[in-house]
Amino acid sequence: MEELGLLMQGFAVVMEPQNLLLMLVGIALGVLIGVLPGLGGANGIAILLPLTFAMPPVSAIIMLSCIYWGALFGGAITSILFNIPGEPWSVATTFDGYPMAQQGKAAEALTAAFTSSFVGAFIAIVMITFIAPVIAGFALRFGPPEFFAVMFLSFASFIGMSKGPALKTLSAMMLGFLLAAVGMDTVTGQLRMTFGSTEMIRGFDFLVAVIGLFGISEILCSIEDGLRFKGERAKIDARVVLKVWASLPKHWWLALRSSLIGCWMGITPAGATPASFMSYGVARRMSKHGASFGKGRIEGVIAPETAAHAAGTSALLPMLTLGVPGSPTAAVLLGGLIMWGLQPGPMLFVEQKDFVWGLIASMYLGNVVGLIVVLVAVPWFAAILRVPFSIIAAIILVVCAIGAFTVSNAEFDITLMLIFGVVGYVLKKLDYPLAPLVLALVLGDRTEEAFRQSLLISQGSLRVFFSNWLVSSIMAMGFALLLWPVVSWVVERINAHRSGTGAVVPREA
Amino acid sequence: MPPAGCFRRSLLIGAGAAALVSPAIAQKGWEPTRPVQFIVPAGTGGGADQMARVIQGIVSKHKLMRQPMVVVNKAGGAGAEGFLEAKGARGNPHMIVITLSNLFTTPMATGVPFNWQDLTPVAMLALDEFVLWVNAESPWKTAAEFIAAAKQERLKLGGTGSKQEDQIIAVAIGKATGAQLTYVPYRGGGEVAVQLVGKHVDASVNNPIEAVTHWRSGALRPLCVFDSQRLANTEKMTETMAWSDIPTAKETGLDVEYLMLRGIFMPAGVQPAQVAFYEGLLEKVRETPDWRELMQQGAFNSTSMTGDAFRAWLTKEEARHRTLMQEAGFLA
Repeated sequence: MEELGLLMQGFAVVMEPQNLLLMLVGIALGVLIGVLPGLGGANGIAILLPLTFAMPPVSAIIMLSCIYWGALFGGAITSILFNIPGEPWSVATTFDGYPMAQQGKAAEALTAAFTSSFVGAFIAIVMITFIAPVIAGFALRFGPPEFFAVMFLSFASFIGMSKGPALKTLSAMMLGFLLAAVGMDTVTGQLRMTFGSTEMIRGFDFLVAVIGLFGISEILCSIEDGLRFKGERAKIDARVVLKVWASLPKHWWLALRSSLIGCWMGITPAGATPASFMSYGVARRMSKHGASFGKGRIEGVIAPETAAHAAGTSALLPMLTLGVPGSPTAAVLLGGLIMWGLQPGPMLFVEQKDFVWGLIASMYLGNVVGLIVVLVAVPWFAAILRVPFSIIAAIILVVCAIGAFTVSNAEFDITLMLIFGVVGYVLKKLDYPLAPLVLALVLGDRTEEAFRQSLLISQGSLRVFFSNWLVSSIMAMGFALLLWPVVSWVVERINAHRSGTGAVVPREA
Repeated sequence: MPPAGCFRRSLLIGAGAAALVSPAIAQKGWEPTRPVQFIVPAGTGGGADQMARVIQGIVSKHKLMRQPMVVVNKAGGAGAEGFLEAKGARGNPHMIVITLSNLFTTPMATGVPFNWQDLTPVAMLALDEFVLWVNAESPWKTAAEFIAAAKQERLKLGGTGSKQEDQIIAVAIGKATGAQLTYVPYRGGGEVAVQLVGKHVDASVNNPIEAVTHWRSGALRPLCVFDSQRLANTEKMTETMAWSDIPTAKETGLDVEYLMLRGIFMPAGVQPAQVAFYEGLLEKVRETPDWRELMQQGAFNSTSMTGDAFRAWLTKEEARHRTLMQEAGFLA
């Protein structure tokens, strides 16, 4: 157990008072960054990076990675309270978290979100501690075809989860793909659909769209409903944390499955956002109560949060062992490593043992500290909903505008956010589901890229997606999930015929 | 803040001297009066971004400027977003831009209305090298063997972006030797290196800093460097090789040369005194040990230029890129 010895040394490094203090500061800053939409972990860390040059590398990475943990925790807060995802990976948390808050169960949803985040991260850290080298080797097997297969699986596990009619789901998704295609095409190096406008060169950033589609449109809906929060009369009680905890163990299988999805997506590296969507989709599919997802089920909060945090944590592994960031935030941390004079990659584990194990130890401790910090604050977070809507709505609007601006320092994005807000409102009124649109917008770009890279490699042959056991099995899983609704419908019909009722209502085309 | 620093600062304030400005910035002439925006026309984590953030770090660590420096990534449209912003900021002395080869390639490939002459050149900081890498388990020990293999069957070469430096080199190799290379574009250099380690592509032309760790771990093998002379660094990076042991492309019979500009520009229409300030600032940055360490780590070609020499170099290089892009069929 060489790892355990090294880990203990790591804890010794982390336990230095200065490092503990930086850890607390990092968590607090991270939660703040996570709460502010747009100012994501990546931006936050990039801004604070120069502050760390004077520190020893271990202290610097402890503080910055704690900002990352804090941001992972914090992203859930606004998703649940206001339907505004603070971070891309908390979009899926809004699906059930926000309905829970509207039913006056904000505190329960927050507790479930934080706790499952912690569980996901913890499982990922244990994995990093003991099987890092094996896992890192596995990541090397992922070329463009495998990457496309993973993306395909994400879409497949998500399709059909939408409550809306299939045609509306499909058109929302196609709109998402269309928006994702605007801007630079990495494969040909050409600009697409910018219509000569310099503002369109950037393309549509996912966060700007999400802040508008979810946040602004929600404010518009609330205004229509009479200027108040539905969840304002929530009972706020510190004991709610214990009550939720008591109910959590029965979801152990859900949590474990979501963690595995998260770890896998973090390592491949696809990142926390697809992980949260995929985990939510699978949870809904596997649940006996699938139909009531999206109306405030606690499983709908546990699944994406566990997966997002597991993915966010394990995304650091390919960064450390291969020098490839598994998430945008990890990319900025990677830049930091180089500036502190550390070369990320396979040699880091060999040459910088103190640094690596200090970081891993800080993951354990940082997540425990983070959980305590956010749980203590749950009643206060939930109490925000008691502030009159007319005051808080104005504040939310300003914060959203700042967030949209921060994504790429562009004023045009604020206009874009408002347009997306109106579009989101109209789509909601017409009963179009927003989730498939968002999914296509966030993954569309990279899915297309992986698909075309694969075809370049295979010189145009689609057989590349079934060229080895890994890519074939992922694709097969994807097709199985995709065809599941059809198959189950056929089975239902056959059963119905046998029993002679024939009362099954066929789905719309 | 360590106690020693606090003590020194309070001492200075106590002295109440008017000249408490550090000597580095006490020269006459223009000085920034607002925070300086440092635009990176590329995403976070890439080579240009790293260099910009190192400069930012050095400037604040050694207190080379009184106003803060803020790094802003404007990566949209292969950097077009950042360049257009700088072009639009005519006369603004509180903005600098770091450039890579997309200074030439992006407007040529996309037709975005922009040219380096829309900016004021300040200084060339360094040139980034390109090395031909293959997987260490591949049978090719020299560039000549690799080229011969690529003539037999089509090989895959991975690189960063499309119609940019990596693809220009790939096309140039094909033109010079008749080798058949399929170029596969990826988002970043680190990703390309890992794809090569995982054998999803057959070769790459990664910058030294992007691939060095995989070389040292024994996963990759360098075949040649696309410079007219060998790399300067003679320190052993692996058991047997130093950067200086990699032959040049020419030595191995491959007539391709390519270096990438890492330079700093300002918007057009700024005062000479303002340009002089940043020239001086960058000069001081280059003298710090932190900078030398970066140059060493990334095996950069540390040629630097300012003023007319830099302009002449840019004019020549733009013409060369136009020819290369035209030959490759990349012009918009």
